[in-house]
Amino acid sequence: MLIQGVLGWQPVSELPRRSMGLITLPVIRRMAVCGGTHGNELTGVYLVPELERQRREKGDTLWPVPVTTVLSNPRAVKECKRYVNKDLNRCFTSAILSSPVTDTTPYEVQRAQELNSMLGPKGTADATDIICDLHNTTANMGLTVISYSHTNWVIMHIYKYLQARLTDPRTWLLDSTCINCFSSVEKITKVPVRLILLNIPICDAYSLESVAKHGISLEVGPQPHGVVRADIFNVMKEGVNVVLDWIQHFNSGKVIEGAEVDVFMFEKSVDYPRDTETQNPLAVIHPQLQDQDFCLLQRGDPLFLTFSGETVGYDEEEPLHPFFINEAAYYEKGIAFHLARKKTLVIPNIQAKND
Amino acid sequence: MQTGLLYNAVQTSGHLGRGTVAMSSPCNAACFPRVRRVAIFGGTHGNEMSGITLVNMWMKNGAEVQRNGVLTKPFITNPGAVEKCTRYIDTDLNRAFTPENLSTPSGDGLPYEVQRAKEINQLFGPKGSPDAYDVIFDLHNTTSNMGSTLILESSTDHFNLQMVHYIKKATAPESCAVLLNEHPQLRYATTRSVSKHPVGLEVGPQPQGVLRSNIFESMRMIVKHALDFIELFNSGVEFPTCTVEAFRVHERVDYPRDTNGNITAMVHPRLQDCDWEPLNPGDPMFQTFDGWSIPYAGDGPVYPAFINEAAYYEKQQAFVATRRETLAAAAIRLASE
Repeated sequence: MLIQGVLGWQPVSELPRRSMGLITLPVIRRMAVCGGTHGNELTGVYLVPELERQRREKGDTLWPVPVTTVLSNPRAVKECKRYVNKDLNRCFTSAILSSPVTDTTPYEVQRAQELNSMLGPKGTADATDIICDLHNTTANMGLTVISYSHTNWVIMHIYKYLQARLTDPRTWLLDSTCINCFSSVEKITKVPVRLILLNIPICDAYSLESVAKHGISLEVGPQPHGVVRADIFNVMKEGVNVVLDWIQHFNSGKVIEGAEVDVFMFEKSVDYPRDTETQNPLAVIHPQLQDQDFCLLQRGDPLFLTFSGETVGYDEEEPLHPFFINEAAYYEKGIAFHLARKKTLVIPNIQAKND
Repeated sequence: MQTGLLYNAVQTSGHLGRGTVAMSSPCNAACFPRVRRVAIFGGTHGNEMSGITLVNMWMKNGAEVQRNGVLTKPFITNPGAVEKCTRYIDTDLNRAFTPENLSTPSGDGLPYEVQRAKEINQLFGPKGSPDAYDVIFDLHNTTSNMGSTLILESSTDHFNLQMVHYIKKATAPESCAVLLNEHPQLRYATTRSVSKHPVGLEVGPQPQGVLRSNIFESMRMIVKHALDFIELFNSGVEFPTCTVEAFRVHERVDYPRDTNGNITAMVHPRLQDCDWEPLNPGDPMFQTFDGWSIPYAGDGPVYPAFINEAAYYEKQQAFVATRRETLAAAAIRLASE
């Protein structure tokens, strides 16, 4: 039973629950790693030049495919700010990418169009195969993969592989790039790895990685903006290495076995309770919710603590999973946290074919 | 401490607090005038959210910070930076209270924070004069894992020493560190320095631009204890001589950098979050981006603080090395009026 993978949304109920047959997909030929899409999310800002240094030292054969390294928003990086005029990672909808550039066009819109020329164009056969866009969050999200399509089998398999490799601390010691990092085992901690899927058709997808045929954001936290933590850096570095390992594995032509995977489907956002006149928040994330990303919220569970000491509870019928809890950059977007529904999906066996 | 020596120390230090007249006393205690005016500053850095939130809350309803006989003024020091949720607009307000800045003539070309410093000096100072506010608490957050920290600028301000001693006892078993910055080169002209008894309250870890409930409550509680102390002092309670364990700023340690000034290593995972723990020569200090360890090579041990503070990358500081010291606090009581 062969099913062509499509970019776009299909109701989960249409997917058969049993393991599917083999799906053949084109080999991966080109990849891009982007850092500094938000100029104050420092892991990517420092990992991109480190990858470039590795390439200068060890040559092009270091990686299984050519890897383009990009500092996405150099002006924001220079100022160590999220953005200069407008959030770059909201500028990649088809509409914005094709809008005419004038004197008043924000810097990030122009940059998005440059990046689209460099790595895309989005939606065409010339687009780069894989983009890994590196991000940090102040939320306690471990390593979270964010993407748009649950039927993009390359992405689903990369996620599955990341989860297997990064949640087993023993594999860290076997990876030579990390052998210098840890002088003893106790500093290696398991990193939870999860996948968030956004229910948006690709033309409306607004983030940088949507330019590629298979785009993922790697979001690692918690890390304050403007800070680079070694433990978070090492997780991200290992994550990128694991993605490259997967590409090598996939391109070798072996059958990569499918499985059931748990994913989180974005459902909606929740804002802080606000003063109706001033719009200032009236409450803070409740201490019992703070740092509990991906827990299960049941009716009555505490969400917010007002400044006058009252608890605001979760009052929905359906239990959902919160994430991006207390992300610094989302205060101005009116988001205290997002909510997701957890689903188990079946991903098929896949195999690379040369065309 | 012997009576004679204590009396001598109190007289010759000349430093019961800026602009305070030392009253001679036949008993052991150093006397201080009644505390009449206290300010609580938030938003000196516009992205350090605990102080901003607390001060806004107290400006709307100040009942919690009122104490008998004391004027308590909550105040946002850098509203421009708070509006943009950024540390500062032109220059760091908490470095701006230098004699040069405070005496420079007002004008259009002045950096925002220098103009602001002059205004604050008028409202709550003038710095060094008898008209200055008695006490100012300046509320700050840090991305470093420093817990609750009280920052002092003088080891001979006995009023402040007694206050921090009281606060530490009141917060126990929760710990509250005392950081002393009296270093001739590393000390800086803080916003709170316009007062006679300046105290910095630093609570972390909290990312810039984020409000965490536990950090918020810790800071709120420290302010409460500080105001309780002032109320007790004003009511005539005598605070006997005591000692205060403190960490004295010794030197600033920067990241290794390349010739372009970019950092070439990060705080080592073993040092990260270990504020106030001893760092011995040979202990891992930095980790390069390709995984190599750089050890601490000082003549230690030192006690690092402000480890990996976001705002200090541009100030060339990965952490500040401190040394432990026991400070002696003279007994204090209210001067007879």
